[in-house]
Amino acid sequence: MTSGVGNPCNKNFGQGRRTKAINSDLPWKELTKAGNIYEPGNSNSYETGDWRTLKPVWNEERCIHCLICWRYCPDASIIVTNEKFDSFDYKHCKGCGICANVCPAHAIDMITEEQQPLKKKEAKKDE
Amino acid sequence: MNNRVALTGNEAVAQAMKQINPDVVAAYPITPQTEIVQFFSNFVNNGQVDTEFVAVESEHSAMSAAVGAASAGARTMTATSSQGLALMFEVVYIASAMRLPIVFPVANRALSGPINIHCDHSDAMGLTNSGVIQLFSENAQEAYDNMIQAVRIAEHPDVLLPVMVNLDGFITSHALDILEVLDDETVKNFVGIYNPEEFLLDVKNPISMGNLDMYDFYFEHRRQQVAAMEAAKKVIEDVGKEFEKVSGRPYGLIETYKLDDADMAVVLLNSAAGSAKGVVDELRAKGMKVGVLKPRAFRPFPFEEISTALKGVKAVAVLDRAETFSTLGGPMFADVRAALYDLKNDIKVINYVYGLGGRDLRLEDVEQVFNELDEIVKSGKTDKVVNYLGLRE
Amino acid sequence: MAKVLEIRWHGRGGQGAKTAALMLAEVVAEMGKYVQGFPEYGPERMGAPILAFNRISDEKIHIHSNVVNPEIVIVLDATLLGKAKITQGVGEDGIYIINTTKTPSEVRELLGLDDGKLFTVDANQISLETIGRVIPNTPLMGAFVKATNLLPFDEFFDKVRGQLSKKFKSKPEVIEGNLEAIKRAYQEVKSE
Repeated sequence: MTSGVGNPCNKNFGQGRRTKAINSDLPWKELTKAGNIYEPGNSNSYETGDWRTLKPVWNEERCIHCLICWRYCPDASIIVTNEKFDSFDYKHCKGCGICANVCPAHAIDMITEEQQPLKKKEAKKDE
Repeated sequence: MNNRVALTGNEAVAQAMKQINPDVVAAYPITPQTEIVQFFSNFVNNGQVDTEFVAVESEHSAMSAAVGAASAGARTMTATSSQGLALMFEVVYIASAMRLPIVFPVANRALSGPINIHCDHSDAMGLTNSGVIQLFSENAQEAYDNMIQAVRIAEHPDVLLPVMVNLDGFITSHALDILEVLDDETVKNFVGIYNPEEFLLDVKNPISMGNLDMYDFYFEHRRQQVAAMEAAKKVIEDVGKEFEKVSGRPYGLIETYKLDDADMAVVLLNSAAGSAKGVVDELRAKGMKVGVLKPRAFRPFPFEEISTALKGVKAVAVLDRAETFSTLGGPMFADVRAALYDLKNDIKVINYVYGLGGRDLRLEDVEQVFNELDEIVKSGKTDKVVNYLGLRE
Repeated sequence: MAKVLEIRWHGRGGQGAKTAALMLAEVVAEMGKYVQGFPEYGPERMGAPILAFNRISDEKIHIHSNVVNPEIVIVLDATLLGKAKITQGVGEDGIYIINTTKTPSEVRELLGLDDGKLFTVDANQISLETIGRVIPNTPLMGAFVKATNLLPFDEFFDKVRGQLSKKFKSKPEVIEGNLEAIKRAYQEVKSE
């Protein structure tokens, strides 16, 4: 017989931050039971920003803060503060370019990652 | 005891379900299971249970609804047979992988084709690899007792797996038999109140279940299921011992009958084991040292218990009520033979496939098996490993 | 193995052979014995020949195979005589209880029987007069008690009343009709 009595999967319960137990470096006994996920919103920790080949940059002078980009962004990567465009969430922005496409004021440009250093009012760390 | 009643197997199962009073039952009718659902829906209609009965449109939906209900935190049951179980197939795997303690009786029936509504074990044997615990019942009494114990086994924190309670279609499901039932209070206390550790409707502790696994996790989660199945062996025995205290009827992973000093044994499941006991009594009276081994649990398979129980015999016949088409006999034969392999005792093990599509297993058939085992013991030779019992040759 | 009494019922789909076998089992169970009652399920067609079985014992019954060597054979329909295998597997002291207008000796000739004990009763007529339609299964239970002499009639009668009262709560006339049918069959069954 390969393992002892009792369910080793249960040893995981009650260890607090159980999302830590979802990690492909861990052995089977230390993973959560059946791959259950115990903390909501954990897709935030999966950074899709490195999928990007083109990145959006903001032209502050042209922006009219209509927030159409915010509405269209499929990855919720437009950060808005006080009902005004604030910045892009580059940790999660995949660079699809929808924001640039829908912007009526042409205030978003898509550039290659190497083309230009980041401007002052860009990626804010999410919390 | 004065709680002896005459009930059919289906009535006995429905009675157990009534006393367990599950939160949700989702089921679809199919012969020979139909009566279980019919009797139970009467209980629902008459207000004798608090169960939410979900009348679904197929068995696929029945198990899907059961998965949903069990995930939400409900004590959940369904019931089926044959083609119904086949249609349920993919969702059974999901229920076990999600570690949901769904209990479901299966009135065993042949699989089509040819179309047949009668008893064999093809349906249950089709799901031996699905990760569900499979208990087998010799008669209405055991079907009733297994249903009650199944709840505790399934919900045990070391296990958390679905439990299938098998009973022979028609032979057990439709035959009136004598059994002792427990009173409602005893059953209620035995199964207890279901308090799942985690469930979808627990708003204070949100949880995501049934998630996608890639190659970096799937293997590990499958391994966890194996661990739960291993743990189930002890739990089945423990629950059996506890059940004996309230019922007077002992239950374990296997049952042996006159096996201690036996030279020859048959291994078989469900109602046929009862008939074999009758034959053993007759042959014992004639001086033959014969016995019966009846696995109660087929998944998890009690390898150790079986090899211990059979280590003293000289020849064993495994009787399978299902075919594997491996061309090396039935499913239980393979497992029993594997269990005996490491003993290196030179026990002769042969296989009989019997009773397919409801073919009656006659007492003479069982007697014939013992006579052939006797020949093997005397000659030390096994001519044919795989045999067909009651087949027109 | 303890002595097990085995019964085989011959009938046609719709005549109540299965119901009779189950009801007999329930009644005998209430009298403290171990029983089984089960039909042989075939294609369930109205009018097709069918079989049902009982086993009765003072001890727990293990076996679950079909009954092949019954001690008692009950025939619900006279038209089955000569068609169904009424005498198959029955020993020389077997008991036959047959629903027919014929006499036992006429039936003996029809079946070509040399041994066994024959009983006949016109259960069709009895049920027609007591229940109001031809339903021969309950009167045959009365004939069974008389022919076999295994169970005290009064106790049997009381238990049947209990069973019928459970099944036909809303139809008291059905209960009385069936009870009368059983009583009459018990009295009218003919032996050789």
